[in-house]
Amino acid sequence: MSDPTRPVPLDKLPLRRDGDIVAIEWDRLDERDARRLRELGVDEGVRVEKLHKGPFGIDPIACRIGRMTIALRTAQAAAILVGPVKTR
Amino acid sequence: MTPSPLVALVGNPNAGKSALFNALTGARQKVGNYPGVTVERKSGRMSLADGRPVELLDLPGTYSLTPSSPDEAVTHDVLLGKQEGERLPSALLIVIDATNLDNHLRFALQLVALGLPSVVALNMIDMAARDGLTIDAEKLSAELGVPVIPTVAVRRKGIDELKAALGMMAAGGAVRIGSDHPALHEDIATLQRRARGIAVAATTEENFRRRWTHRADAVALHPIVGPILLAAILFVMFQAVFAWSAVPADFIDAGIQQLQSAVRGLMPDGFFRSLITEGLLAGVGAVVVFLPQILILFLFILLLEASGYMVRAAFIMDHLMARVGLSGRAFIPLLSSFACAIPGIMATRTIDDPKDRLTTILIAPLMTCSARLPVYAVVIGAFIPARDVGPGIGLQGLVLFCLYIAGVAGAMAVAFVLRRTVTQGPPPGFMMEMPKYQMPILRDVVLGLWQRALIFLKRAGTIIAFTTIILWLLVSYPKPPADYDQPAIDYSVAGRIANAIEPAFRPIGFNRDMALALIPAMAAREVAVSALATVYAIDAGDEVAQEQSLIDRLQGRWSLPTALAFLAWFVFAPQCISTIAVVRRETNGWRWTGFMLAYLFALAYLAAGATYWAAVALGL
Repeated sequence: MSDPTRPVPLDKLPLRRDGDIVAIEWDRLDERDARRLRELGVDEGVRVEKLHKGPFGIDPIACRIGRMTIALRTAQAAAILVGPVKTR
Repeated sequence: MTPSPLVALVGNPNAGKSALFNALTGARQKVGNYPGVTVERKSGRMSLADGRPVELLDLPGTYSLTPSSPDEAVTHDVLLGKQEGERLPSALLIVIDATNLDNHLRFALQLVALGLPSVVALNMIDMAARDGLTIDAEKLSAELGVPVIPTVAVRRKGIDELKAALGMMAAGGAVRIGSDHPALHEDIATLQRRARGIAVAATTEENFRRRWTHRADAVALHPIVGPILLAAILFVMFQAVFAWSAVPADFIDAGIQQLQSAVRGLMPDGFFRSLITEGLLAGVGAVVVFLPQILILFLFILLLEASGYMVRAAFIMDHLMARVGLSGRAFIPLLSSFACAIPGIMATRTIDDPKDRLTTILIAPLMTCSARLPVYAVVIGAFIPARDVGPGIGLQGLVLFCLYIAGVAGAMAVAFVLRRTVTQGPPPGFMMEMPKYQMPILRDVVLGLWQRALIFLKRAGTIIAFTTIILWLLVSYPKPPADYDQPAIDYSVAGRIANAIEPAFRPIGFNRDMALALIPAMAAREVAVSALATVYAIDAGDEVAQEQSLIDRLQGRWSLPTALAFLAWFVFAPQCISTIAVVRRETNGWRWTGFMLAYLFALAYLAAGATYWAAVALGL
């Protein structure tokens, strides 16, 4: 198994696992998607938990960001790197 | 007289803005449109604590002041006084969701920074308490520099306090804000961090859990159970449209027949008696009978939206929609289009990808709108036997379901082709907030249904009444000479027009009466039914036959393949005039509107033809 302390992209994060966003590769996202993500509260240092996968087990995914649940596609989730939870 | 001050209601989507708007204004609402854009303008009157009247304007819910979708542009432009047809607001009523402070505070901070007199409604404070959150409203107020009033809009809590606070704010005149105002250009991430800081300072958290929403989502978003549940909900919805409406529809039908015989008893035989009984009452009555079905359909749509399930449906549909080049976001306007394409097309304003939005507008008319229900209902009632094909599954409901599915399948096929040809572009993303589940509020649902019923009856009383009277005149005159041995209708203006265009429709199995019904159906779908009712009422001649229902008359005159072809035609048929007008306005011109009409006409013709030929070949 991979090192649990290494950041993983959000799309690869296992279901029901949480973590803190350590980096967002903004340049991989187009301008509109980047702005939407920011508006939905996606930011470095924010706690995220992967909750659900879409039907057929692929796209989209649902995550908890702060107190909100948001849906996004794996293509965009791949730009969000999640590290281990810092403080409980 | 100076107009009453304008207060703008602003906030994130899902902050409970509509519930607050309803609680503040009651039924004193006005729904209209802004000139040039199809964003709905919803305003209402409310009285402040001291009795002063104020106009409350419900602005579209947005996440920031960056105008990217048409919806956000309206909110932005109204606040800056740039929106045509709108006064400058004198004060803001900012709604934030107490259970989602860090996100909603960010937009609130941006709005407060505009410097307009503002009041913040800290809404859904009861839900926050249930989630284990205690929020210090005074601390929030100190941080934001404006009054913060805890409210529970759905239970009308905090409404008086809100009105009192607004009374202090809405006194001054309107303030104009320049587009160079620093609040408009603040960085989202910086604002977000400030918001999070304030939220943490003002909140005491105790075992935060959103149990309800979590448990429900475990089922609703389950990769296997979720899609089955969605299909089941849609199936129940369409069955209910038929099953629940039978009694009230019969009731209305009986009322109209009584009205017709009452008029026959009161008036001497002649032009006006025929005009009223055969023209107006037969035509308008044939449409009003469908009010129960239309309201049941709207009831389901309103409940799905108010409960928060609609976004889950979009989540489940996203992958399928992605295959044809759309996003799950397009599912919501498309589902609304089942009620009526006009609000559906207007709901596309939340889609910010222009190509995604255009494609959704172009296929929205393929979703079977409620105005087509009367047509389906009459033809199904006449030709499909009312028997059960399984426990709780009626054959008529099943056929109706198939017609809806045919529309959806057609829409998906069209989207697939369009996204690879004329509306080519990068695949749209799918990013949405999934709001918590909520119990729909009876008052808000009833208000929504009431507004829909009024719109429908207004249509029945104006455009439908008008077209049926015109049609009745065209069908009745000129009267044939005494020695004319063909049906009287062939001699009339309408009969001649229909005879002229009938050859074009003969290959797909349509008879003259159907060709005749297609023309006024352009004004409104339902008119096809009243047109047939009028034509056959005239044709029937003697009064015994006039007592027959339209369904009985159709049974004797149409073959099954013809009836099926007529149904297939209406799955794809070009839209009513109101929809065409909305599409023209939304796509800024006739180019895409013309394109839509052309492709719909071609599809309808081919589908009706294919159905007819197949049915004849099968010996039906």
